[in-house]
Amino acid sequence: SGFHKDVSLKPDLPSQLYLSKHQQFLLSYAKNQSSYEYVMSEWLRASGVYWCLTALKLLHCDELKSDDIEEFVLSCYHPASGGFGASPNHDPHLLYTLSSVQILALIDRLDVLDREKVISFVTGLQQPDGSFFGDEWGEVDTRFTFCAFATLSLLGSLQSCNVNAGVNFVLQCRNFDGAFGCVPGSESHAGQVFCCVGALSIAQKLDRLDCDQLGWWLCERQLPSGGLNGRPEKLPDVCYSWWVLASLKIIGRAHWLDKDKLVKFILASQDEETGGFADRPGDMVDPFHTLFGLAGLSLLGDSHIAKVNPVLCLPQSLVDSLGVKLDMVS
Amino acid sequence: YQRRVRGVKLAMSDSDGMLYSEREDWHDVTPIPLPCGDVVQIMYSEKFKDVYSYMAAIMDKKEYSTRAFELTTDAIDLNAANYTVWHYRREILRHLKLDLAAEVAFTDAVIEEQPKNYQVWHHRRCLIEMSGDSSKELELTAATLRKDAKNYHAWDHRQWAVSTHGLWSGELEFVEQLLQEDLRNNSAWNHRYYVVTNTDGWSKEVILRELEYAVSYITRAPNNESPWNYATGMIKGNGYSFLDFKVFVEMCEDLYERNVRSPFGMKVLAEIHEAKGDYSKAIETYEQLKESPSVRNVYWDYKVRNIRELMSS
Repeated sequence: SGFHKDVSLKPDLPSQLYLSKHQQFLLSYAKNQSSYEYVMSEWLRASGVYWCLTALKLLHCDELKSDDIEEFVLSCYHPASGGFGASPNHDPHLLYTLSSVQILALIDRLDVLDREKVISFVTGLQQPDGSFFGDEWGEVDTRFTFCAFATLSLLGSLQSCNVNAGVNFVLQCRNFDGAFGCVPGSESHAGQVFCCVGALSIAQKLDRLDCDQLGWWLCERQLPSGGLNGRPEKLPDVCYSWWVLASLKIIGRAHWLDKDKLVKFILASQDEETGGFADRPGDMVDPFHTLFGLAGLSLLGDSHIAKVNPVLCLPQSLVDSLGVKLDMVS
Repeated sequence: YQRRVRGVKLAMSDSDGMLYSEREDWHDVTPIPLPCGDVVQIMYSEKFKDVYSYMAAIMDKKEYSTRAFELTTDAIDLNAANYTVWHYRREILRHLKLDLAAEVAFTDAVIEEQPKNYQVWHHRRCLIEMSGDSSKELELTAATLRKDAKNYHAWDHRQWAVSTHGLWSGELEFVEQLLQEDLRNNSAWNHRYYVVTNTDGWSKEVILRELEYAVSYITRAPNNESPWNYATGMIKGNGYSFLDFKVFVEMCEDLYERNVRSPFGMKVLAEIHEAKGDYSKAIETYEQLKESPSVRNVYWDYKVRNIRELMSS
């Protein structure tokens, strides 16, 4: 039906799931601290640890030492503000605060936090129009709304912020096509859609969505190759197996996608020698795409991978044990 | 060797590649080595370790000096995603009251090299907020979009500049220019919607005008998602139904008659049939869509089921 940007899948691409290779890839990535990638990714390290750790947990692997992880996370903490940076000596930011809280939840060490202080960091970033700054420098983006709501809900304290104002800002970012951008008026993008839908799920306000209209926009992301893109006329990318699929799952329309073709695309994006997933077949693998490839397969029902929660991208068992309330359309 | 882009120095290293640890004017500073665990650090460059160990020392002692500013240039050159270094650079700019115009030129050069870097775009915005001078932002974003017409940062920055500084005139022409180059550019369609919303607003006359615009592009490329979303979004988003706009309905029927079976057009037709109560025709349209193998077939089945439920209730 006339898609102009897509990839074509060559016949000899991976078609089975290389679970133990992925485990090896993730473990060696986490442990190889002298690699170029490790050093250059210092500015997002907390998120990198979250990606590796969550992916390993989904693979039922507990090899990384919780004490080391806890030590790393706490070294990113800024007691004066209550926020976490990406690495030691990096300024606190909402992105890395969420990653840090997710990591501590994964290793069951949330009790090491000064909860009230962390909560105050998050709520202190909310603006009168309901939006959230990422940090004191004032960037606004619906990603930060999701980070704020998710952090607070993991700490059992969503109502510490002005949830209604936050929801209203998210709705301001809804576009004519029914999808969402980063600020009011900015182009609809699947990553931002996930953040907005996730935020509305946490706030228990999914009824504010037109799920049919949004669901159609989301399933339009699927290309003939089976892969998903992030906005019209862009190439497919494995990470959208998460952003798009999780959003559809939350609004109860995941079955609108062609599941078999999507699975085929995700599997084809593996590297069967090194393990890991890339953005698309043949490209270089990394932990980010590995997490979202595995999480996407989990949402698609692969029984080898632990069940993942589509809002918080954490094992469902963990979310259940924390008792976090999330809205889902069945 | 001093790396320059657009005449702007992007790396401050001396011509003989002297490390900071070798420079006399830095002897008073004790570098703080990078925290890298027990593993021996041999894989990355001497220069990177040198610059960043001095950067750590300077930030630790909170020195806001000219030499610290130059050091941040090198640090950014080695890793422009390091947001903490950008923050520190802004602090120095404030403390020393440095020339913002020169800094704006610096961001031009970094954006040219790394147009998808979040930190430089945010830095640019902070600078323009400080100076209040928005005169270069349209050209900056236009230049970036000439190389990649869908760069999300550039569009976001352009929308911010346009709305903050009232730079609306010329924006519809800008969109038109981009659509002439690529009528599938979804970002341009989005920008058009944004501009109309904030200027003319969506009166029925404006909707008619914009529908004709969208229709002209749809007929040229009926499988192009963006103008379909634009058209259906403006109609429904402003409380109307497809039946209120003959030009749109006729276009859809005409495409169908001419056997141009765009899924977007047929979806609209099916919804029009349903709105008129022609349920069997709606179902027939969805069934026709399912004739070609497509990833959408599950969705068409869902629509058929919905209509059957309507028919039986």
